[in-house]
Amino acid sequence: MSEFALSDQPQHRLEQNVHKPLTKVEVLTEAHRCLYCYDAPCAAACPTHIDVPSFIRKITTDNVTGSARVIMDANPLGASCARVCPTEDLCEGACVLGKDAAPIRISDLQRYSTDWVRERNIDLFSPGPATGKRVAVVGGGPAGLAAARELARFGHAVTIYEAKEQLGGLNTYGIVPFRLPRAVALWEAEQVVKLGVAVQTNVLVGRDVSIGDLVDNFDALVLAFGMGNVPPLQIPGEDLQGVWDALDFISQVKSGQSVGDIGDRVVVIGAGNTAIDAATCSKRLNAENVAIYYRRTAREMTAYPFEYDFAKQEGVEFRWLCAPVRILGEGNRVRAVEFVKTRLELSDNSERPIPVSMPGTEFTVEVDTVIRSTGQSRLTSLLDALHIIHDGGSVRVDQQMRTNQPGVFAAGDCAFRRGVGDAMVVEAAEQGKIAAAAVHQHLLAADESEKWRGESHG
Amino acid sequence: MADLSVNVGGIKSPNPFWLASAPPTNSGYQVMRAFEAGWGGAVWKTLGDPIVNVSSRFGGFHFEGARMLGFNNIELITDRPLEDNLREIREVKRAFPDRAVIASLMVDNVKEVWQEIVKRVQDVGVDGFELNFGCPHGMSERGMGSAVGQSPEFLRQATEWVVEVAEVPVIVKLTPNITDIRYTARAAAQGGAHAVSMINTINSLIGVDLNTWTPIPNVDGRGAHGGYCGPAVKPIALNMVADCARDPLVGIPISGIGGVSTWQDAVEYMLLGASGVQVCTAVMHHGFRIVEDMIDGLNQYLDARGLSSAMDLVGKSVGRVGNWGDLNLEYKVAARIDQDKCIRCNKCYIACEDAAHQCIDRAPDGSGQMALVVDEEECVGCNLCSIVCPVENCIEMARVDSGGPAFSWRERQAL
Repeated sequence: MSEFALSDQPQHRLEQNVHKPLTKVEVLTEAHRCLYCYDAPCAAACPTHIDVPSFIRKITTDNVTGSARVIMDANPLGASCARVCPTEDLCEGACVLGKDAAPIRISDLQRYSTDWVRERNIDLFSPGPATGKRVAVVGGGPAGLAAARELARFGHAVTIYEAKEQLGGLNTYGIVPFRLPRAVALWEAEQVVKLGVAVQTNVLVGRDVSIGDLVDNFDALVLAFGMGNVPPLQIPGEDLQGVWDALDFISQVKSGQSVGDIGDRVVVIGAGNTAIDAATCSKRLNAENVAIYYRRTAREMTAYPFEYDFAKQEGVEFRWLCAPVRILGEGNRVRAVEFVKTRLELSDNSERPIPVSMPGTEFTVEVDTVIRSTGQSRLTSLLDALHIIHDGGSVRVDQQMRTNQPGVFAAGDCAFRRGVGDAMVVEAAEQGKIAAAAVHQHLLAADESEKWRGESHG
Repeated sequence: MADLSVNVGGIKSPNPFWLASAPPTNSGYQVMRAFEAGWGGAVWKTLGDPIVNVSSRFGGFHFEGARMLGFNNIELITDRPLEDNLREIREVKRAFPDRAVIASLMVDNVKEVWQEIVKRVQDVGVDGFELNFGCPHGMSERGMGSAVGQSPEFLRQATEWVVEVAEVPVIVKLTPNITDIRYTARAAAQGGAHAVSMINTINSLIGVDLNTWTPIPNVDGRGAHGGYCGPAVKPIALNMVADCARDPLVGIPISGIGGVSTWQDAVEYMLLGASGVQVCTAVMHHGFRIVEDMIDGLNQYLDARGLSSAMDLVGKSVGRVGNWGDLNLEYKVAARIDQDKCIRCNKCYIACEDAAHQCIDRAPDGSGQMALVVDEEECVGCNLCSIVCPVENCIEMARVDSGGPAFSWRERQAL
């Protein structure tokens, strides 16, 4: 069977990586091109401060295990980040060579080193001497894994509570396989588990285990439960068959489950990175026409420029300044979406212009599938039960990721607030690390005082 | 178009680029190919008594992605019958009468043996001889090569024997494995040599295999020292060439050898006193075709400088090489960093901080970026920052003294 014929198969196309790994010759040529800057801007631009010149130099000395260790030490999600980081805004954007030449392909080199240890089953870290302290991590996504890994290296006994079947969060379920294969996300999780971290999967805190149990059985708590599903559009017809939540759609595709026949015409509503993923996924499932509809313009969308470019390459169309009015069905199956044109108005109290519908400009698009991708809802019940101060589900934390409750810390998307940082995997990893360091500090201090729950419930 | 032809101690060639006596000149087939590519001359792989070579002969010194910065060999002189070599030399000379064909010779250090081979070889029409008193490995254990070349007395005597019967110019090839090359160069001149060539290879052990712990090259689990050449040895050779060029007791032309890879290398050798150059490692790395740019580049350079002949370069920098004690202590340069060109890699900063005089500071510039600022008062003008800087012409070493009268260490001591 020819390569072409093979690549026509949806399953193959879903797994065919967007970006080929570098060859060994390319790796060495690129690694030798690195200037080995002092106090390097690339390292400063990395939210987890990976010592980039150091890991690249180790590639040139054939110390690839050491190279991977430098990466994974700073970033427990270093293998995933090598594939999903918006590097043109981070390390590669800061590369000093960029002024006169192509910047070093840092993410490709990072991928080389992390693939190298992953393919050889090389373990990089070991747990610290046991402290006798117990920490619960709620959520096994990027932030939770990063926190758990660091806590285990401090010597604390960690239990991760994960509502899904597998660890990894969005890396395992929410990023398309042709950008981030599940195997990579699961390897990172496995590295954490190998440090002796206990894992309770398919366990939703508050449903399968009581909050009281956590409070009673652990010395500290790290909240890293991310965000929920895509919020409803609150328009008629959302519950018709063929209308998908983008995260459910990607999760199902990524875990190899069928999404049924999505037909030839797919409309994606929203223009973030998940919308792009849903759209490119649909293309690779052989949908003929895939269009992204967004009520603002390319300038305001939250998708990374390279994701936008990739979607266009894959044949995804973009329709700006359109808001959905209702979804029309035939029987209980989706048939069309009615949109209205919008215009943007500047607003005093928002950094982004507000889209305003223009009555009389309604139009209808015939579709087979609609995918909703307008952000994620916030999870608040656990926060309220723990009396944690939050802003509409966004946990209020200080610089050390401490919440208002002593002994309770938060990291990742559940602590993400618009305008402060960026909701990237690499940012979640860094927050997990910071939270773990703060937990450690707290536990050391607690040795000389009362336990956190005594204080909080006293 | 400048005249590229040169004359090295009476041996003329259409350009200054000769192949050194080495594997590329092992056969008539190869030398013919070289001359077709444009080489001006070739020193034939050393002729002598039959030898046997080992298998696994070369080792490369690679550095940070660049291959063959240095090169090591444990190969001996020609392992082909003398009759074959002589027949091929005659054929080559007939096909390329304008090119210089020089026979390299090495035999037991006995007058009759030397004189016999000289007579046999000059019968086939060579343009000159090069006496191999430099080979540092294998042959030296048998009392030949550098074993002769390390003794000015032996070298002078052997040169005399050869010159006595030679009807063409005689070049003596010198070994760098001595304390001061001028002594053997003077001995060659005293023995009647028409020119000296330098340098032969340097004693070397290229490395050890980290998996097997055997030396490189590996001959059935064992190694032996070899001879080192390639770009890495050029500075050593240039110094020796300059030393001989400015020594009146040497006083004969020089053929420069050691890491010549480009026309620029050749120009440096010639400025420091060589009348021509010999090339080996660059050809072993890239093939004979590199001579095309050597010729073209030299031509462009001479034209750009308004020079009509390559020979006009010979020795032009010799007068500027001297003793440390005569250098001007009043001359002072300081680093100036072009902030527009600077890419903020901070390599100059850390080099100066850790390895020089701590006179580059990192200070916020107008835009809040950290700029690299030289403390000119503290800067000693060592050049390190400008050497490590990856951006061309970003760090200039600017003259900062008042331009007053020169004052050397020697003058200072005389006060």
